[in-house]
Amino acid sequence: MDFDLTREQHLLSDAVQRFVAKEYSFAAREAILDSKEGWSREIWAKLAELGLLGLQVPEEHGGMGGASVETMLTMNALGRGLLLEPYLPSAILATALIRDLGSAAQREELLPAMAAGERIAVPAHGEPGARDDLARVGTTAARSGDGFVLNGRKAVVPHAASAEALLVSARTSGAPDERRGISLFIVPRGAPGVSLQTYRTLDGQRASDVALRDVRVPAGGLLGPEGGAFEAISAAWDLGIAAICAEAAGALQALLDTTVEYAKTRKQFGVPIGKFQALQHRMVEMLIQVEQARSMSYLAAIRATDGDPAERRRAVSAAKVVIGQACRKVGQEAVQIHGGMGMTDELHVGHYFKRLTAIELSLGDTEHHLETFVRETAARKETA
Amino acid sequence: MDLNFTAAEQAFREEARSFLRTSVPAETRDKVLSGVRVPWEEFARWQRILHAHGWGAPNWPKEFGGPGWGPVEQFIFEEEAANAGAPGLSPFGLKMVGPVIMAFGNAEQQRRFLPRIPSGEQWWCQGYSEPGSGSDLASLKTRAERRGDHYVVNGQKTWITLAHHADWIFCLVRTDPGAKAQQGISFLLIDMKTPGITVRPIILMDGEHEVNEVWFEDVRVPAENLVGKENQGWTYAKFLLGHERTNIAGVAVSKRELRRLKRIAAAELKDGRPLLEDPSFAARIAQVEIDLMALEITNLRVVSAERERRAPGPEVSLLKIKGTEIQQAISELMMRAAGVYALPFPDAEGGPSAPIGPPHAAGLGAHYCNLRKTSIYGGSNEIQKNIIAQTILGL
Repeated sequence: MDFDLTREQHLLSDAVQRFVAKEYSFAAREAILDSKEGWSREIWAKLAELGLLGLQVPEEHGGMGGASVETMLTMNALGRGLLLEPYLPSAILATALIRDLGSAAQREELLPAMAAGERIAVPAHGEPGARDDLARVGTTAARSGDGFVLNGRKAVVPHAASAEALLVSARTSGAPDERRGISLFIVPRGAPGVSLQTYRTLDGQRASDVALRDVRVPAGGLLGPEGGAFEAISAAWDLGIAAICAEAAGALQALLDTTVEYAKTRKQFGVPIGKFQALQHRMVEMLIQVEQARSMSYLAAIRATDGDPAERRRAVSAAKVVIGQACRKVGQEAVQIHGGMGMTDELHVGHYFKRLTAIELSLGDTEHHLETFVRETAARKETA
Repeated sequence: MDLNFTAAEQAFREEARSFLRTSVPAETRDKVLSGVRVPWEEFARWQRILHAHGWGAPNWPKEFGGPGWGPVEQFIFEEEAANAGAPGLSPFGLKMVGPVIMAFGNAEQQRRFLPRIPSGEQWWCQGYSEPGSGSDLASLKTRAERRGDHYVVNGQKTWITLAHHADWIFCLVRTDPGAKAQQGISFLLIDMKTPGITVRPIILMDGEHEVNEVWFEDVRVPAENLVGKENQGWTYAKFLLGHERTNIAGVAVSKRELRRLKRIAAAELKDGRPLLEDPSFAARIAQVEIDLMALEITNLRVVSAERERRAPGPEVSLLKIKGTEIQQAISELMMRAAGVYALPFPDAEGGPSAPIGPPHAAGLGAHYCNLRKTSIYGGSNEIQKNIIAQTILGL
């Protein structure tokens, strides 16, 4: 039992933190936020250069082979800097799905290019009305000739407009909420029948609702076994949750630091507001939540690759509950302690607040994960 | 980074488990696991059993008769002891005055006092709080005047846990009334049999006699019972407060109590179904369980840092706050699970001898009342927040 990093991990962590501090000043981020795509290809290329896009890519395809701790350290630093690039959907979720489900040809075609920053793929899985139920897939894929025809709608797909490939889940058999019968397809974003309604989300990132009307996918576009994609989607989501928890832990720490710093300098009634006990104790509560969130980001990172799916889901859901609650509470308190300044668009605070709010709602909200935890705990045999 | 215990740590766990499983007397274990107060005699007996095995002072180094375990081993021992239904050990000798005497006492004091703590030959209590000095401990007024080779002590201490069983009391006393609050305080060891000491019970709202008032009237204490230097007592007191760190969060006991909560909720019914399956009650249990998972890792982070000999810091205050909040939350949920059968209360006249209602409900109301103390003692949670605000946040 230890919480130590290896020398290489220290070096990686330092490198990412330096990179973020240098390239992602508030002003630089504002410019990226206002750009057409809402993220920077230049930054993306540098992330590739640092090897960070290949953390989930197997070594034979030019990556680091699914390094949990390295992913956590990276996401933590990206969270501190509020990076806007499609790291989570492409370098983690889509990469893991292609790695775990892809044929040799699909892996060879996509993974090295993704690790090099030349291709972007994102999963298009959630649907209107499905909330956070991963098994609720109403999009259909019907056999046609030696391929498939897809019809349906995908909700709030992060960075869909920037991706060359969408990994679309569709039902090839089974009832609308059944785990069996879900298949994944690699669909070029520009394929006939695919239309995107693209918008900004609360946190300034870009997402799209994706409509699929009679989209033809050749047999070679099927990713993984027909009807058998659910477990891989669930595993990829847990990896994504671990990553977003680490991102949140970084953002939470930064927001706490910013708030404490502000309380030391902002004066009212002739003294810094940080001298008021009413505010001190609230900042201590924030600190406790940030530390608990960090602890759970460690647990999530390590358990996200647990061989037992039930144990994995239970730990990851517990982490998302703690992180989600911290995102809400620490975010709200930071704005409150900053007062009117916390409301402006000109300070980091509001931007952290919005990203943390988005994180709580993403990849399953707090209520969803509390329910998942209850279910997995009840199903589990209590030991000792 | 590895959250799994090493093979050596796992082997130690097996060793601790097999010893504890066979060594806790059945009558004691049954009481602990079902939340019944363990009488003093059984409590003292457990200390002697542990001592006979060489484990009477789990947190002590070898040179003073402890097993020399590191923080991780101590954490594992605490968990296995809790699971085996072992009573908690009295902290006053083992975790408080013992380490102070090791660090600041002279060789004679170490020889005289330390061996009798793990063996259970001498029991200690802590004389800190006074009627006018709670959170503002440094305002304490109990006076010790040097007269020749003795101190003469006058004053009153309160909230003294287990003073009615203790042989000795370690006290913070004022030796220089002219100095600023924290600078005129000394750390004095006093034999409870000395003439002039009166112990009066305080009955808490759970009906139990756990704490006492202790009065000192011209109590003559040999000067050789002064620990360290005169007027340096505050330094030793602060050392002591920071010392009990690995298990201040009470994670092991909370994990055991959480299992008891689930057993109670599984036995209670709501709408004809186990209360444990009621979605809103299940969610409340889950929330505590998740908070406890996070606290366990936070605790292990602190333990692990301590093993690396990095200075243990004010994060101990965080463990105390969160740990006590969880202990209180579990006791509250147990009471609520039992519903109205948490209300029958033992009374001084005896009352009915057989438990009223389901056996698991007995004492849950009193237990809930008793655990309110946890956020007050050992530096109230508000004081802990002041410490964090000043030392971690720099406010």
